[in-house]
Amino acid sequence: MAKNLPKTGIVSWLTTVDHKRIGIMYGVTALFFLLFGGAEAIFMRTQLAIPNNSFLDAGTFNGLVTLHGTTMIFLFVMPLSAGFFNYLTPLMIGAPDVAFPRMNALSYWIFLFGGLLLNFSFVVGLLPDGGWFNYANLTGPKYSPTHAIDFWVLGVQVVGLASLIAAINFFVTIMNMRCKGMTLLKMPIFIWTTLVTQVLLILALPVITVALMMMTFDRSFGTGFFDPGAGGQVIMWQHLFWIFGHPEVYILILPAMGIVSEILPTFSRKPLFGYSVMVYSSCAIGFLGFAVWAHHMFTTGLGPWAQALFSAATMLIAVPTGVKIFNWVSTLWGGHIRFTTPMLFALSFIAMFTLGGLSGIMHSSPPIDYQHQDTYFVVAHFHYVLYGGAVMALFGGIFYWFPKVTGRFMDETMGKLQFWLYMIGFNLTFFPMHFLGLQGMPRRIFTYASDQGWNLWNLMSSAGAYITAAGGVLFFINIFYSIKFGKKAPHDCWDGRTLEWTLSSPPPEYNFAVDPEVKALDDWWLRKWDKQGKRLHPDVQPEVDPSTKHLPNPSFWPMVLALGILLLACGPFFDAKGIALSVVGVVVMLIATYGWSFEEA
Amino acid sequence: MSGHDHAVHETVTGIDNRKFGMWILIASECFLFGTLIANYLINKARGLVGPTPQQIYDIDITTLSTFDLLMSSVAMVLALHGCQTRDIKKFRLWTGVVVLGGLIFLGFQYYEFSHFVHSGLGLTTNIFGSSFYLLTGCHGAHVFFGVLWLGSILITSYAKGEDWFPSMPLEVAGLYWHFVDVVWIIIFTVVYLFVFV
Repeated sequence: MAKNLPKTGIVSWLTTVDHKRIGIMYGVTALFFLLFGGAEAIFMRTQLAIPNNSFLDAGTFNGLVTLHGTTMIFLFVMPLSAGFFNYLTPLMIGAPDVAFPRMNALSYWIFLFGGLLLNFSFVVGLLPDGGWFNYANLTGPKYSPTHAIDFWVLGVQVVGLASLIAAINFFVTIMNMRCKGMTLLKMPIFIWTTLVTQVLLILALPVITVALMMMTFDRSFGTGFFDPGAGGQVIMWQHLFWIFGHPEVYILILPAMGIVSEILPTFSRKPLFGYSVMVYSSCAIGFLGFAVWAHHMFTTGLGPWAQALFSAATMLIAVPTGVKIFNWVSTLWGGHIRFTTPMLFALSFIAMFTLGGLSGIMHSSPPIDYQHQDTYFVVAHFHYVLYGGAVMALFGGIFYWFPKVTGRFMDETMGKLQFWLYMIGFNLTFFPMHFLGLQGMPRRIFTYASDQGWNLWNLMSSAGAYITAAGGVLFFINIFYSIKFGKKAPHDCWDGRTLEWTLSSPPPEYNFAVDPEVKALDDWWLRKWDKQGKRLHPDVQPEVDPSTKHLPNPSFWPMVLALGILLLACGPFFDAKGIALSVVGVVVMLIATYGWSFEEA
Repeated sequence: MSGHDHAVHETVTGIDNRKFGMWILIASECFLFGTLIANYLINKARGLVGPTPQQIYDIDITTLSTFDLLMSSVAMVLALHGCQTRDIKKFRLWTGVVVLGGLIFLGFQYYEFSHFVHSGLGLTTNIFGSSFYLLTGCHGAHVFFGVLWLGSILITSYAKGEDWFPSMPLEVAGLYWHFVDVVWIIIFTVVYLFVFV
């Protein structure tokens, strides 16, 4: 059956196992969810623009806070990073595809269905309202008796499964499928940060899986893991959540660091400063990322020993991060810098991430953290690292690789205008939040009195949000415009350094006609220059008839299997009767697994 | 996870992709069971009512089921050896023994669970019970999946005839089976034996 599936049209996208197409699907879906997360932010900032506002009621506000955080993290930044992993990993390491092409499609479909399940809460009007960390026992059956929290618990469970499957896939791909000559320390730096990210996902996700399982048992089957009345402990949830949640922070930032480390050398026309130290720093960040979770919990009263240790570990993690920042600055030093849009985004990443990092080190001291906990200062901090940092870098990545993916450049004028709207809007929104936090404004309140001295900063902050939104609209206009009318991009459109630039834009379905071989880090760059510094014109990859290349067959089964998982996860919404639905889900999963096993890959 | 062999592609590490993938899944599963075991240890003495571990565990029965699961791992080794040496009888016989061993273990677990429920320890009786059932139930689900997997290989063997020797798929399934076994040894020690220390 699989062999006769079409190569174009809607069915071809539903059954594709091509890593490039799946990468595009991840990216487009992430940008779709960005519209949700962005709209939620705009609604909240509208409510908070003036004191005693009644634009939103308290319940809706709590729901929007929760969904904004959850959507931006699990349905925007992570899948957008996954889009980059998918599209770029095989191209950068010179491989025909990922190690498990059908499992790759499976990850995407599970992610999509999980994201839709989470946002289905809008359709039924039951917004989960426990915050993005869903703290027990507020979210137990006693204080959250409706199914609202279940959308969060089961939605995140399903999305997490997608990430785990993808992480195993990319880890094996990177370890096993590199082209000839590409030893570990000749891999592009983006591949290194991707690899460390997969390790974090592989080891951190099972912890949240168990925590979510316990939460599901508490809510659906009457156990009391997080209920003190039954002998359970609410702090268990916090520990389990943050043992996952802190590595998660690095899961969000490491791919962005990799993207910036690819963009800066290209537009400085210099190699990345201290490549191997960057690699070691990434590994150190990944390792230490598992040892700092309790700094989210200083105010729970952990005792002096635990506080001292977690405080020291947190300060320690600033060292490899600081090393990276100095290396990026040193990469720029003395370079022939071209201020293209991707470069502007990458530069802003360094500045904004440094600001966010500095306020982060402040929190590592427990006495200071006591003052900052649950105030807008913390909101300012993590938006500087995750938005000013991760998201700005991801936008830079979109502008950088868009010509490779579509064959056309994005419009530079619109891009630069968007960059400045983002830069100004972002800082206007989040810098005043430092002041609000230090003045004592708590997070997650839906309104405030007018005599607190918070009016001006809140108004500025909301104004900034609208400016950012204008930038966002411009970004979407730019994408639609550039796909049709953008300037045509040649193979090596930015004068790049890595293997994807030896391919046509967009690359052929089979990736490399000739198996590539590298001799050094930045091999493609070095091939473009001779020893005397004279410009050479090395051959790009030739193109061949695709039918001569063996490609994995498209398949329906990944989507069917993901559908089974969705049905299984929908069971708890129907209480006792839901077991039937879950059983149907398991049967669908089994049928899909057998169909998958016996079809020709 | 395809049920048939391809020409094995050259890989950088020399390890087959599927086998490598299983090792990575096992790394992840270590953290899954690590979390479940830690949760059990924290909660085993926190039950406010009802049976405690000392009152309810029957070490004799559990020792028997542990022995059964360990022996199934020996059978797994023999099954893989039969597959690699293209000895169809040996491959089928010992794969069947693994499946049987798994089913016997699940039978023991069913007996244990119903005995516990009968003795007054349900899923929601106290937090010791909840943590116990979550941990051992999760392990049981892993055994069940392994039985399904190896059983499917066995049935496929009869469908595909005497020339079908899926060495790599069987080795991957074997890795999984041994891991589930090792986890049980840890659970047996930490859950059932530490009670009597």
